[in-house]
Amino acid sequence: MRYAQPGQPGSVVHLSARYENFIDGKWVSPAKGHYMVNLAPATAKPICEVAKSTPEDVETALDAAHHAKDEWGRTSPAERARVLNEIADAIDSHREMLAVAESWENGKPVRETLAADIPLAADHFRYFAAAVRAQETKITEIDENTIAYHFHEPLGVVGQIIPFNFPILMAAWKIAPALAAGNCTVIKPASATPWSILKLAEVIGHIVPPGVLNIVTGPGGEIGKALAANPRIAKVAFTGETVTGRLIMQYAAQNIIPVTLELGGKSPNIFFSDVMAADDAFLDKAVEGLVLYAFNKGEVCTCPSRALVQEDIYEAFMERALARIAKIKIGDPLDTQTMMGPQNSAQQLAKISSYVDIGLAEGATLLAGGHRANVGGEFADGYFFEPTVLRGHNKMRVFQEEIFGPVLAVTTFKDEAEALEIANDTLYGLGGGVWTRDGSRAFRVGRGIQAGRVWVNCYHQYPAGAAFGGYKVSGIGRETHQMMLEHYSQTKNLLVSYDQHPLGFF
Amino acid sequence: MRRVIATKAARQAVNRLRAARGPLMFVQSAGCCGGSAPMCLPAGEYLTGPGDLLLGTIAGCPCYMDARQYRAWHPGQLVIDLEPGAPEGFSLAAGEGLHFVTRTRVVTGPRAMKRGSSS
Repeated sequence: MRYAQPGQPGSVVHLSARYENFIDGKWVSPAKGHYMVNLAPATAKPICEVAKSTPEDVETALDAAHHAKDEWGRTSPAERARVLNEIADAIDSHREMLAVAESWENGKPVRETLAADIPLAADHFRYFAAAVRAQETKITEIDENTIAYHFHEPLGVVGQIIPFNFPILMAAWKIAPALAAGNCTVIKPASATPWSILKLAEVIGHIVPPGVLNIVTGPGGEIGKALAANPRIAKVAFTGETVTGRLIMQYAAQNIIPVTLELGGKSPNIFFSDVMAADDAFLDKAVEGLVLYAFNKGEVCTCPSRALVQEDIYEAFMERALARIAKIKIGDPLDTQTMMGPQNSAQQLAKISSYVDIGLAEGATLLAGGHRANVGGEFADGYFFEPTVLRGHNKMRVFQEEIFGPVLAVTTFKDEAEALEIANDTLYGLGGGVWTRDGSRAFRVGRGIQAGRVWVNCYHQYPAGAAFGGYKVSGIGRETHQMMLEHYSQTKNLLVSYDQHPLGFF
Repeated sequence: MRRVIATKAARQAVNRLRAARGPLMFVQSAGCCGGSAPMCLPAGEYLTGPGDLLLGTIAGCPCYMDARQYRAWHPGQLVIDLEPGAPEGFSLAAGEGLHFVTRTRVVTGPRAMKRGSSS
């Protein structure tokens, strides 16, 4: 099935020519009246215009959030859970519309947004609705007359900056815990993907009280600091590259507020010989596990972009994997048969291409792809890139840098010790994968990889309830787990004495 | 060999941007999303520390990179250039509809290893 493009007859997405900021429950024009064009990566043609905001618009959003925070912060967990569940229901009932909008804006295939991004976003709100209802606080009996009570209190107003690779799901990851914990939020979507989250706001905006959820679009260089360095935010959350991550920590230091950061990875995916001990469904799953580097055309922080294959199965395993990669269907992201759509932007496409050149110059061997993909027709100008495999060694730059595209760097290892040594020879520590039929080794190697999330005999699953976040330069804090409620709450301790007598010091 | 240089187009963009926004600095980014881009910031905006390496200057602007990242990249020479499109992260644009990019001149063989381990 092929969905009509937004703006064309028969599309499930209603498209306006221009979108405003979402502030205080209303659509608000940017103060300076400037707009920017939002491109569809499949055609390189405009989708619509969105607000090109300035710091004044961030202040307007913060005004609204501060006006709303006391009342929202006092709502009962039951009421906040009701709102989150209603948001989840609204996302579910607009699943196709949101899936098509996100696919068209980001370039990711609609089969992924229909089956993963949008259902997971809805589930995320349900998870935090449940988590906040079930959240209990602790009471400590210090002695027979002294009791320590602990309460969760909202931080107030938080700033959240969303990346372009999952414009709706990454927003859900951040919005759901913030609102569940009783905070109001001001969100800056990625400059490259500001529109689909505004379509989300059309669907859920009326469910939350005005000012609780605010979205301001615009270039990071113009409004990013206005939000992240603003003394009126109580916490900042960011997903993106390392320099902006450090800037955000720096601003947070100046305001003495907490940060959570997710800054990417170069995740190893380790295949031990025993995956080929039988020609069965598990081997098929492992082969797919390698090919998952092409999921969301490689624009995933946890992309399994380094495959480590035990040397005695290398030839046989890669033969199967390359055959599977050759079957990847590239094309119209709105066709449910398409497995890989375009990269998100011309900038990303140029970067990916330059990394392939760097890899080849450093002596890597090209096993598949390596070029811009020519899809032709109305997609001739789209930012498509072939699924690519480079064979080399871990000191090469293509093994060390996050390419954020469908480029797999593959190498071999002799034994478990060498596998771990290669896996951990990286600045990053976000994700990793281990494939083996040996249960003990699965645990041992899984624990040995220095990363916040290691998939064992699976990859690229993101269920709410499994903590996600980085070691090393990959970041600080965790997402997709009820511990996020702690990241978005103050702890209030009431230390209560029943004793009628003075201490006797004075 | 200088560790970082800029193309003529990039130097001209820096000069225009500096005239409009004041002194500038560059910091080579890494990681998620636009991680391979050079971030162009107002001078002094990014607090450098002992783990940062001053690669050199382009058009009078200092260019920094995390030293561990530099060792991992072992680049021959970084070339700051200009391309159409919006910048990543909190970087300033290189002009309307333009952004800075980093290109690499790869040095292969023993020299590359030496450079990689000497930084």
